[in-house]
Amino acid sequence: MEFIDTYVIPGAIIVAQILALVVPLLVAVAYLTYFERKVIGAIQLRKGPNVVGPFGLFQPFADALKLLSKETILPAGANKIIFLLAPMLTFVLSLIAWAVIPFDEGMVIADINVGVLYLFAISSLGVYGVIMSGWASNSKYAFLGALRSAAQMVSYEVSIGFVIITVLLCVGSLNLTDIVEAQKTVWFAIPLLPMFVVFFISALAETNRAPFDLPEGESELVAGYFVEYSSMSFALFFLGEYANMILMSGITCVLFLGGWLPPFDIAPFNWVPGPIWFILKISLVLFVFLWVRATFPRYRYDQLMRLGWKIFLPLSLFWVVVTAGVLVAFDWVP
Amino acid sequence: MASVEYRAKSMLLTELVSGMALTLKYFFRPKVTINYPYEKGPISPRFRGEHALRRYPNGEERCIACKLCEAICPAQAITIEAEPRDDGSRRTTRYDIDMTKCIYCGFCQEACPVDAIVEGPNFEFATETREELFYNKDKLLANGDRWEVEISRNLTADAPYR
Repeated sequence: MEFIDTYVIPGAIIVAQILALVVPLLVAVAYLTYFERKVIGAIQLRKGPNVVGPFGLFQPFADALKLLSKETILPAGANKIIFLLAPMLTFVLSLIAWAVIPFDEGMVIADINVGVLYLFAISSLGVYGVIMSGWASNSKYAFLGALRSAAQMVSYEVSIGFVIITVLLCVGSLNLTDIVEAQKTVWFAIPLLPMFVVFFISALAETNRAPFDLPEGESELVAGYFVEYSSMSFALFFLGEYANMILMSGITCVLFLGGWLPPFDIAPFNWVPGPIWFILKISLVLFVFLWVRATFPRYRYDQLMRLGWKIFLPLSLFWVVVTAGVLVAFDWVP
Repeated sequence: MASVEYRAKSMLLTELVSGMALTLKYFFRPKVTINYPYEKGPISPRFRGEHALRRYPNGEERCIACKLCEAICPAQAITIEAEPRDDGSRRTTRYDIDMTKCIYCGFCQEACPVDAIVEGPNFEFATETREELFYNKDKLLANGDRWEVEISRNLTADAPYR
């Protein structure tokens, strides 16, 4: 009896919580691909998918079925175990980070007091999936794509780190719930606007999205680190990439756009429940992700590195100093 | 001074923002997509699509087996065999077009003295096997019967320019 009370019931609750988060998340990922095709289509004066189901709404499921019914090809020269492990790693890493994202006050699976560090660690681990797939494929395109991707992710993580530090200086806590609560008076996107922009652009680079999608530059690398993948293993990379996009949007909302808080704490706005605001904000940031993709051409690799190391790094470092100075000078340190 | 202005512009991302404003404007514009299988674009009366052999209004086939089309065909896609029919008129016994060789140049239609072989407005005749694209006389005559209305309308519309 005691065993049931201490292990089985809490375990079942956790599993239920995880399912309640992961299942909508996977549906959201499926519909993000649909949303992306619709948005980019609209910007290019096309209609986007509209044949499968009403308004093409079943298109993601048709695509998923197509991918699942294909053959998983293992290249002869590939390191089989790592080759198959890499997509799983990418996919799992994109999901487990969600454990610390708060959807509302107390609506979080793991309310740990080092939430930001956890997120930072998980997003850094994402490089391993890329490196492993690129190396294990035993193909030059995949390898070059992986090298590019790794270099890019590592470079932009540095400036993301400094941006996060500025936010932490203003909050005085690493807990994501505390970070959101600290934005009750004003969202950090307003006082820290330059950092918000730097964070957003770095998030684009971190998720290998356009205009920083060099790792998968079609014109020179075919598809980048996942050239050799097919069927389910490809689908896992794809899901992982899109789940990462949603995750980075979620982090952007938590750090800068006030998480689940309504834009104004007055009557019509605070009737809407917190999770709805959070999802709306994530959707807005995702729309900007797609909007940017439809607008800008791809960066050249040296421009990408210059932007990361010679502009974002000094800029974010400077803002860390300025923010810290202002906080100390006015005695606002939390 | 110019370089300061340039720096300020690049730091404030003015060009990027104006680019994004432009794409946002396009986002709300009416779409130009034609919803293809359900709605189709207009085609010219001169459109050179799938071939057809026409008949006279009394049902007699027009082709007199002069073989001009076979002679002019640059891809040599047309094969004709002919002999006099029982009533003494000269007709084809075999009229084949290999649609996989055809380059849709329309020379056969130009060469035909009796407007028998024409290229109709149909372009949706994809098949699942290669063999189905080796058209014989029956297939071509059936095409002619099926598309006669459109074909004769197109020929009339284009007649003033020939």
